[in-house]
Amino acid sequence: MSNATMNSDAARGRPVAFRGGGFAPRPQRWVAFVVFAALIALAEWGTRVGWISPLTLPRPSDVLATFRDLISTGLLFDHMGPSLARLAVGSAIGVAAGIGTGILIGLFSHVRSGLVPVVAALFPIPKIALLPLFVIWFGIGEGSKYALIAFGTFTPTVVATYGAVDNVDRTLIRMGQSFGLSWISIVRKIVLPGAMPGILSGMRISLAIAIILLVAAEMLGAEYGIGAYILEAGSLYDLERLFAGVVILSLLGVLVSAAIGVVERRLLAWRT
Amino acid sequence: MDIRLEGIGHSYDNVEVMREISLEIPAGRIVCIVGPSGCGKSTLLRIIGGLERPTQGRVLQIGVPPEGCLNPLTYVFQDFALLPWRSVHGNVSLVLEDHGIPDAEADEIIADVLARTKLSDFAKALPRQLSGGMKQRVAIARALAVKPAVLLMDEPLSALDSQTRELLMDDLVSLYARQPFTAIYVTHNLNEAVRLGHSIVVLSRRPGQIREVVHLDRPLQERALGDPELEARQKYLWDLMRAEARAADAELVNV
Ligand SMILES: Nc1ncnc2c1ncn2[C@@H]1O[C@H](COP(=O)(O)OP(=O)(O)OP(=O)(O)O)[C@@H](O)[C@H]1O
Ligand SMILES: [Mg+2]
Repeated sequence: MSNATMNSDAARGRPVAFRGGGFAPRPQRWVAFVVFAALIALAEWGTRVGWISPLTLPRPSDVLATFRDLISTGLLFDHMGPSLARLAVGSAIGVAAGIGTGILIGLFSHVRSGLVPVVAALFPIPKIALLPLFVIWFGIGEGSKYALIAFGTFTPTVVATYGAVDNVDRTLIRMGQSFGLSWISIVRKIVLPGAMPGILSGMRISLAIAIILLVAAEMLGAEYGIGAYILEAGSLYDLERLFAGVVILSLLGVLVSAAIGVVERRLLAWRT
Repeated sequence: MDIRLEGIGHSYDNVEVMREISLEIPAGRIVCIVGPSGCGKSTLLRIIGGLERPTQGRVLQIGVPPEGCLNPLTYVFQDFALLPWRSVHGNVSLVLEDHGIPDAEADEIIADVLARTKLSDFAKALPRQLSGGMKQRVAIARALAVKPAVLLMDEPLSALDSQTRELLMDDLVSLYARQPFTAIYVTHNLNEAVRLGHSIVVLSRRPGQIREVVHLDRPLQERALGDPELEARQKYLWDLMRAEARAADAELVNV
């Protein structure tokens, strides 16, 4: 560019180049579907053409057929029913106990000093390794499965909750005290709602862990349940059924996450 | 109900923040407290409101709070301190809920204070939908709802732009004209002090001590923007404070 044109450019003025924007992801529903559809189409095409051998990956359409069989024979519901019950009971116990403990840790110095190291010690234990112990404690039936899931969801919920309680705006608590609100009112009306965003995002993690543990528990001594179904398929190298089971798990994960999303939108509508 | 401070002194881990503050706040008057940054104004207000224990001296309530008073010493915070998850109505009702007031009566109180702060149309709005001035009016409505004996206001207008501040000062004056209240009003802004204070307490820099108490007798409603007498008083206050403020500004905060 010559000097002359640059000068005339400067004289006429140039629009300021835009450099803001970004860093603010917004939900784009269809993108997820496109990604899923593309991956499945790729697998289907690969298995049909032959560059993916049927031993490596089952054909998606075959998995779909297996899935349809599962529904038509009613077997799906025989497996889903107990699994969902275990997931619901176990994670309800774990999450409730975790939120309670997390709030106590967040509010009382002695509880905090006493329990934070305990939680830190419990957190990294692979809960699956404790399954035999739970079987001895709670029996081979439902008890040990509930316990495993509850225990697995408990620790992440505790950590998320007390972190969230720590982050509640102190000036709001001072405000409550200055109006003479009772302790229980301050906890119920200020601390708990203020901690809710953190608790809910912790629950996303806890519930994903719950699904993993559900399958693990069911692989060890359950007649019905998605875990049992996957284990059986796996031991027979029945890849179609194995994948059908895996798809159910993924769907379960998506559903749980969507459910939390709905709760978040209901409870956290006040957030800017 | 009057408030009397007797020889209040306070230290934070060996840092003396204020010393020997004795003061009388008579019922029905607004006492402004001004002073350089860090001289302990907020701390003093927290002590008066019972949110902090002074290391020396004591705060006395003299007489009984008025009939129906639910929270004799009531704060209005600089940053509003509204619960973002509650509507305007909910934020006011928060402070009534612990007192076992029947719903109908509580709704009446809320409607009354929202009307007095000109917020009736916004009862259902969430705090994030409100402007700064409206948020502070909600906080004032909430404080009025408990029929306080003494309002403790810590820079209530400092988070607002100057136009909104003027408007809110007018609102406070008309609230006072309708029903005189007692208030301790901490501010940085000398203009607010001369507009709203019946007496103005000037604190020295840390450790905060009372340097002077300036009395203004003119009724609040008659004090207008740009009044020469008020300007003179404001200048007098500023001259008192200038050296202190400069010295305070130059001090290291070695806490
Ligand atoms: N909780 C605390 N712990 C230790 N020091 C504190 C604490 N609160 C306040 N201080 C110190 O006490 C002094 C007085 O603080 P305070 O907030 O009361 O001043 P202030 O007059 O309100 O100041 P500003 O005008 O900036 O609001 C400051 O030096 C501050 O650093
Ligand atoms: Mg302050």
